[in-house]
Amino acid sequence: MTFHQTTLSNGLEVVAELNDEVRSVAAGFFVRAGSRDESDDVSGVSHFLEHMAFKGSASRDALAVNRDFDEVGAKHNAQTSEEDTLYHVTCLPEYLPRSFEVLADILRPSLRGDDFEMEKQVIIEEIHMYMDNPMSVAYEAAKAAHFGPHPLGRSILGSVESIKNMTVEQMRGYYQSRYGAGNIVLAVSGNDDWSRLVDLAERYCGGWPQGVAGRDALVRRGPTSFQAICRADDQQQTVIGVADAPALESDDRHAAQLLATILGDHTGSRLYWTLIDPGHADGVDVSYQDYNNTGVFYTFLSCDPDEAQANLGRIESVFRDAMREGPSEEELAQARNKVLSRTVLRSERPMGRLGSLGFQWLYRREYLSVEDELAAFDRVTTDDLRRVLDAFPLTPWTIVSVGPNVEIKPPF
Amino acid sequence: MNIEQHSHVFPNGLVLAAETMPALKSAAFTILTPAGAAFERASSGGAASMCAEWVTRGAGGRDSRALIAALDNLGVSHGESAQTVHTNLWAATLGRNAFAALALFADILTKPALDDDEVEPIRALALQNLRGLDDDPGSKVIHELRKRHFPDPWGRNSAGTPEGIEQTTAEELRQFHADNYRPNGTILAVAGAVDWPRLRDEVERLLGDWAQRDEPEVEEHASGSPREHITRDTQQIQIALAFDAADVAGPDYYRARALAGVLGGYSSARLFTEVREKRGLCYSVYAGYESLRGRGAIYCHAGTSSDRAQETLDVTLAEIDRLGREGIAQAELDMMRAGLKSSLIMQQESTSGRSASIASDWYYLGRMRTLEEISSKLDELTPESVGAYAAELGRGPRTIVTLGPRPLVIPGES
Repeated sequence: MTFHQTTLSNGLEVVAELNDEVRSVAAGFFVRAGSRDESDDVSGVSHFLEHMAFKGSASRDALAVNRDFDEVGAKHNAQTSEEDTLYHVTCLPEYLPRSFEVLADILRPSLRGDDFEMEKQVIIEEIHMYMDNPMSVAYEAAKAAHFGPHPLGRSILGSVESIKNMTVEQMRGYYQSRYGAGNIVLAVSGNDDWSRLVDLAERYCGGWPQGVAGRDALVRRGPTSFQAICRADDQQQTVIGVADAPALESDDRHAAQLLATILGDHTGSRLYWTLIDPGHADGVDVSYQDYNNTGVFYTFLSCDPDEAQANLGRIESVFRDAMREGPSEEELAQARNKVLSRTVLRSERPMGRLGSLGFQWLYRREYLSVEDELAAFDRVTTDDLRRVLDAFPLTPWTIVSVGPNVEIKPPF
Repeated sequence: MNIEQHSHVFPNGLVLAAETMPALKSAAFTILTPAGAAFERASSGGAASMCAEWVTRGAGGRDSRALIAALDNLGVSHGESAQTVHTNLWAATLGRNAFAALALFADILTKPALDDDEVEPIRALALQNLRGLDDDPGSKVIHELRKRHFPDPWGRNSAGTPEGIEQTTAEELRQFHADNYRPNGTILAVAGAVDWPRLRDEVERLLGDWAQRDEPEVEEHASGSPREHITRDTQQIQIALAFDAADVAGPDYYRARALAGVLGGYSSARLFTEVREKRGLCYSVYAGYESLRGRGAIYCHAGTSSDRAQETLDVTLAEIDRLGREGIAQAELDMMRAGLKSSLIMQQESTSGRSASIASDWYYLGRMRTLEEISSKLDELTPESVGAYAAELGRGPRTIVTLGPRPLVIPGES
């Protein structure tokens, strides 16, 4: 496993972790452009733009983009979050030059007007699909409730209205402002040759315009809120909780992840024994999500609507106990074993390493090998967990409840 | 990478199939035991899922907490779920912990505590799980499609029925376990950083004494109506349809896979191109392939707003007809092959992916396939052979299920 890094003259940063033992290679462009970078009049544009990239460039239409990836059996996709858009492809090493050429090409999309109007319909369908899913409804509402006017509270997909009203000129303007080479990291993981990669990057990305987009990455700490959304026909109640947590810049992020595992892993955690094992709920989970300058713990609950209030009380007790006494050495050791093993399993595939490689470089300009990641989890002590709990109390927390039970009250 | 395949059938019928992958750090195993929903009594829908949960709540003298702690301490990622035919227990961990993990799963299979106190919590979980599935229109429509396309019990949803979950007693669950958790019919597939002779010896020691049971008789019943609309006040209408195709062991298997791929297996496939790229009707539209023993199916799924759902169904059906009428082009066949071959090669980076594939191969074929075998079978396909098969399938009956605010019109039917 070897690490390489270079910066092209236009500012595009290239990082690679190469490994002859694997069969494939994964490449991704990590663009610092997400819903937190939008304004109200273009709500949802980052995600819509991600779709439009696949509609093609000056030299390719949408059908040609799909065909040129599929001809070499390349697995391609993209995803948009609150803070980034990631375009990625995984293929056999002999096909990387062809796949990479297409991937780089779609980052310079034509944004044609007729494609834009057609794709609007697809985006609106995607919004409708998520509106039919209780978990998605709860997640969107929980972020909006917790972050309020902070940019992280914005919807990634936007609304049917914001998508309908958007113009292609607005998207072109957004694209110009966020897709400069200095705002993008190219990460490559897997079986390949560094000098060939640099040649590919130079050939297909060297002509991209410069440009670094700023971000007003405000820290978010503070008040929590509560909301009950009625979905009378749902059979289960879905609840999402949100509490502040360390940011991705923080050295406490590994401790935060272990804390989430101890409290709310899907098996063997405190919440598992309190809620799932006795059958009070069929789903409960705590996950740690780090953002640029901010972080949160998300708590997810699915249960019988009549049990939802009692379950919120049970979660509140678990949180209070944890804050009072903190996790034991034994709990920490168990959580660490789980996280270490999952990290190794995920890292065996190039695609499993790509995200870590790219995001670490995008936000921390840091390379962490798998061994470095494992060591960082190994170093966490119960004192570190204590410090995170003191700095980021688990309660009071933002709660959004979705389902037929609208009588639910905060448990604190 | 130096990958080797090994297998051994023990006197009690247990199959051990393995692929040793010394270049990897991890090892994974998949256990298919013949305790799926198909073997439930009709009045006990959900028993297989409840049993799968029950066996993991304490085993080999450990209570529930001690068992989960033992798995966590070994860093075992694992899951247990009942499917239609099998109950699937899978685990992945570092190669050095694989044998210790295997010993825990041998206890789960052969020495579960089956404590009566666990039954009511398990019942509560099963009911909630069923309701949760009902709240998700995309999953719901696929379950309803399977139920109507395959004859009972092969289309059963392992999540069960509300009545079955509510009424099944601890005694009935215990009986289900005694009848169906058995070595004859169980496949243990292992992939990753393990040593074959040691693996075979360990499995012999752990499961060699597991007593055989008789194979239960299964009575097939006709499935329900091949047309169904489920009325729901949703934003989108869900459309699911299926038609018969070859099973994995059949001579036409690779032609069936090719057709499913060309129809809707990747981004330049027919459905994605015609429904989404050219008309913007859907966000999600795809086709897939499912096999049981002796029968297989190609299925399609799309979800779209009410006012666009009729066109989505019309275009989807027209594409299936066109496939039967016009066949496929060489370029499409090449693309399908490139995608499938890449996936197979990349699967060799994943021990859990490989253990699942090995187990599935053994169930359908009684052996493991190599990458070379699959590649050469794919290379034998021609546009003519796949086109002829498409024409044959195109004439067969279709099962169509929709879910949403209003039913759709099926072209050519009144």
